[in-house]
Amino acid sequence: MPEIILPKASEIGRSTTSEVILSAKDLVKHYPIKTGILRRTTGHVKAVDGVSFDLHKGETLGIVGESGCGKSTLGRLLVRLEAPTDGSVEFEGADMAKASGRELRALRRNIQIVFQDPYTSLNPRMTVGDIVGEPLDIHPDVTPKGGRRKRVQELLDLVGLNPEHINRYPHQFSGGQRQRIGIARGIALDPKVLICDEPVSALDVSVQAQVVNLMEKLQDELGLAYVFIAHDLSVVRHISDRVGVMYLGKLAELGEEDEVYDRPTHPYTQALLSAVPVPDPTLRGKREHIVLQGDVPSPANPPAGCRFHTRCWKAQERCRTDVPELILRPDGRGEHFSACHYAEPRAVVDTVDVTDVEPDERFADTDVRDPATIAAVEGQPGMDGPVQDAEGLVEETPEQRAADMSSLTMHDEGHPGKVEDPRP
Amino acid sequence: MTTTTQPGIRPANATGKITYTPVDGRLLDVEDLHVEFHTDDGIAKAINGVSFTLDQGESLAILGESGSGKSVTAQAIMGILDMPPAKIPHGAVKYCGVDLLTMPDDRRRWVRGAEIAMIFQDALSSLNPVFPVGWQIAEMFRQHRGMNKSDAQAQAVRLMERVAIPAAKERVKAYPHQFSGGMRQRIMIAMAIALDPAVLIADEPTTALDVTVQAQIMSLLQELQQERQMGLILITHDLGVVADVADRSVVMYAGRLVETANVYDLYRNPAHPYTRGLLESIPRLDQKGQTLAAIGGLPPNLLRIPPGCAFNPRCRMAKDVCRVDLPALREVASGRHSACHFAEEVIDA
Ligand SMILES: Nc1ncnc2c1ncn2[C@@H]1O[C@H](COP(=O)(O)OP(=O)(O)OP(=O)(O)O)[C@@H](O)[C@H]1O
Ligand SMILES: Nc1ncnc2c1ncn2[C@@H]1O[C@H](COP(=O)(O)OP(=O)(O)OP(=O)(O)O)[C@@H](O)[C@H]1O
Ligand code: SF4
Ligand code: SF4
Ligand SMILES: [Mg+2]
Ligand SMILES: [Mg+2]
Repeated sequence: MPEIILPKASEIGRSTTSEVILSAKDLVKHYPIKTGILRRTTGHVKAVDGVSFDLHKGETLGIVGESGCGKSTLGRLLVRLEAPTDGSVEFEGADMAKASGRELRALRRNIQIVFQDPYTSLNPRMTVGDIVGEPLDIHPDVTPKGGRRKRVQELLDLVGLNPEHINRYPHQFSGGQRQRIGIARGIALDPKVLICDEPVSALDVSVQAQVVNLMEKLQDELGLAYVFIAHDLSVVRHISDRVGVMYLGKLAELGEEDEVYDRPTHPYTQALLSAVPVPDPTLRGKREHIVLQGDVPSPANPPAGCRFHTRCWKAQERCRTDVPELILRPDGRGEHFSACHYAEPRAVVDTVDVTDVEPDERFADTDVRDPATIAAVEGQPGMDGPVQDAEGLVEETPEQRAADMSSLTMHDEGHPGKVEDPRP
Repeated sequence: MTTTTQPGIRPANATGKITYTPVDGRLLDVEDLHVEFHTDDGIAKAINGVSFTLDQGESLAILGESGSGKSVTAQAIMGILDMPPAKIPHGAVKYCGVDLLTMPDDRRRWVRGAEIAMIFQDALSSLNPVFPVGWQIAEMFRQHRGMNKSDAQAQAVRLMERVAIPAAKERVKAYPHQFSGGMRQRIMIAMAIALDPAVLIADEPTTALDVTVQAQIMSLLQELQQERQMGLILITHDLGVVADVADRSVVMYAGRLVETANVYDLYRNPAHPYTRGLLESIPRLDQKGQTLAAIGGLPPNLLRIPPGCAFNPRCRMAKDVCRVDLPALREVASGRHSACHFAEEVIDA
C-alpha cells in the first residue's frame, strides 16, 4: 500500500454550493513493471497515487500538469475504462466499484469521455452516423424518441456539423471536425459528466477556439460537468471554474481558477505558471521566470516525502521525509488546497480582467458551428474543408451524395441555427 | 578548391577552407523562393514566392499554422529537401551573398553544419539511436575539423556541459534513449552549435516538450545566440514563444508571407486580417473572462489555392477584388509589410 494522506473528499469543493456529482476518493493506479523472460513484476509505475476531488453539477474542473504526471490515467479511472488499484469513484454518491449489472451500466452512461487525438480515436471504417450512434446501440434502453438516425442528426447539428454528413467517414473531415464528432459521440447518451482528455491539443490555434467555444455552449445548454484535462495552462484557465495541478501522480494544488492562477501557493504551480509564454512582447523581461532545475523523476520511483523536493528551491529537511497533505492553506486572501509544507502565495501572473472586451468580429467570430457547415448551408463556395480537400483526399461519391440527401429529414424544415452571411 | 572573387567570400583560410563573411551584417537573403511537390494528384505549391532577410545577431520568427510552409522553407535553406518530389522552380537563397541553390554539392554540404545549422522538433528521430551521444557530437569535430579522437571527445564533453547536461563527463557514452526529451533537445543543440555556425534554424524546437522544459531550452537558445552573435530563425506556431524571443517575425499562410514586422508592431497593431484573427483566437494566461473568436474554415488545399488572395474564403473583410487579384507583399508603414489589399484599413482598425 502506498502512503495516502489526503483530505476528506467532503472537505473539497466547499467554495461551490451546487451538488457534488462525481467524486474521486484516494484514487490510486499502479502499473506493474515486468522484466526478464519470466515477466516477473519488479516494480510499479505509480501513475496515479492518491487523488481526491469533487466535481459539481455543471462545472468545469481543469486538470493540468506535465507529460507523464498521470492525467490520462486519472481520466480513464474516472470513466472506469480501468479499475483503480485502490480508492473509488462515486457518481451521485454511488460507488462505481460496488455497482453491478444494470446499475453499473446506468452509472457509466452518465460519465463519458472524449479523447485527444481526432486522427486515431475514431474508427476509420465506420461512418460518422455509426460512430456517433454506437453508444445508443450499447445502451438500447435510452434510444430516443424518433429513432437513432434522428438522434444522430440532432447530435451532429448540436456540435455544429452538417447533419447531411451522417454517411461520411472520418477521413473526410478535418481535425477540428473530427473532434466535434468525438464530442457528439460523447454526449449521445445525455451524460451528466464529460471527461475530456486534451480535446483541443492536436488542433491548430484558430480551430481550437471553435471547439472550446462549442464546449462552453454545450455545457450551458445541457448542464454538463466537465473534467477538462490539458497541458495548456492558458486554455485551462479560459474554460475552467476550478483547477487541479498534478505532479507525479498527485495533486499539488486545487482551487478556484483565480486562486490557482493569481495566488498559487505551491512552488510547482508557481514555476509552471511562470514558464508559460504570453503573447505580448511588451511583457518581455518584465515577467518573473522561475527556471526549474533537472527533470521530473520517474513515477516508478518517486521521491519520498514531498515529490517535488528534488527540484524545489524552498525544500527543507522535513520535505524529504514528510508527505505534505493537500489541505486548505492560506493564500493571502482566503485559503485553498495546497500540498506544500511551506505554502505561501506568490503572484507570477499579472491578470487583466477582459470580461467586457468583445473580440473584433471583423477578423474572427464566435459562431460555434463548423465553418464548412455554415458555408454549405449558405451555399458559399470555398469554405468547406477536406471533404474535397487536401488531407481528406477523398471526393464524395455519387452514392454517398445520394445517401446524404435521402437522410435529410430534419433539415428540410429550415436549419435551426441559420445565420446571415457574416461577410460584408 | 578554387579561389573566387564573389562578394562575401574570403578565399582560403589557414585550413584551406573558404570562409564567408557577411556584408553589412547580412547573413541570409531569401529571394522569391518557390517550392513545389510533384505528387500523384498534381503539383502542390508549398512555397509561392517567399523573400526575407536575416542579419547577424537577429532573431527572426517564422509563424504560421500547420501546413503553411514553415518547415519546407527551412529545408530549402538547409538544402535538405528531397528532390524529387520537391522542385525549386524559382528563387535564390543567398548566404553572405552567395546563392546556395546553385552552389556545387560538396561546398553546400560543408556550408551545412559549419555555417548554417538546424535543430528539429523531434530530437529522438534526429539522433542516431545506435551511437553514444558524445560520439555523435565528437564526429562533427573529427569530420569537419580533422580532430583526433581524444580531442574531439573532450570537445564533446565541453559542449555537453555548455548546454547544461548534468554529469556530462559520465554521460558522454550514454545513448539517446537514456536521456529525457528535454536532454535530447539539448544534445541536438550542442550538435548544431558545435562548429560555431553563423545561422541557426530551430524548427519547432520545443513543441514536443513541457512548458517548464520549453522555458529552459528557449533561454539556452537565447543565451547561445547572444554569446555567439548567431542569426536565429525560430519556426513556431506559438504566438507566445514569438512574443518572448523574436526581434522580427514573418507570418506565413499557404506558402506566402502575409505579414512581416518587428514583434512589437505585429502584436500591437497587426496589418493583416489573418494575423489579427490569430490574435483574437488564442486564450491568454493573464486574461480573465476572455471571449475567444475563431477564424472560420481551414487553410487551402495546396493543389488548388484559391485565386486572388489565398486567405479570401476565410477572410471576413474580403471584397470582390480579393477573389481576383493577388495582393503583393508591400510596405504599409516603416519597416512593415502586409499582403492585403486593405492593409491600411486593418492597421487603423
Ligand atoms: N497501461 C500502462 N502501463 C504502464 N504504464 C503506464 C500505462 N499507462 C500509463 N502509464 C505510465 O503512467 C504514467 C502516467 O501516464 P499518463 O498517460 O496518465 O500521463 P499524462 O499526464 O496523461 O501524460 P501526457 O501529458 O503525456 O498525456 C506515465 O509514466 C506512463 O508511462
Ligand atoms: N514530401 C512532400 N510531398 C508532398 N507535399 C509535401 C511534402 N513535404 C511537405 N509537403 C507539403 O507542403 C506543405 C507545407 O509543409 P510544411 O511541412 O512546410 O508545413 P509547416 O508549416 O512546417 O507545418 P507544421 O506546423 O505542421 O509543421 C504542406 O501542405 C505539406 O503537405
Ligand atoms: S513541501 Fe517542501 S519540497 Fe514540497 S513544495 Fe513545499 S517546500 Fe517544496
Ligand atoms: S486581400 Fe482581401 S481577402 Fe486577402 S486578407 Fe486582405 S481583405 Fe482579406
Ligand atoms: Mg495524457
Ligand atoms: Mg513544420
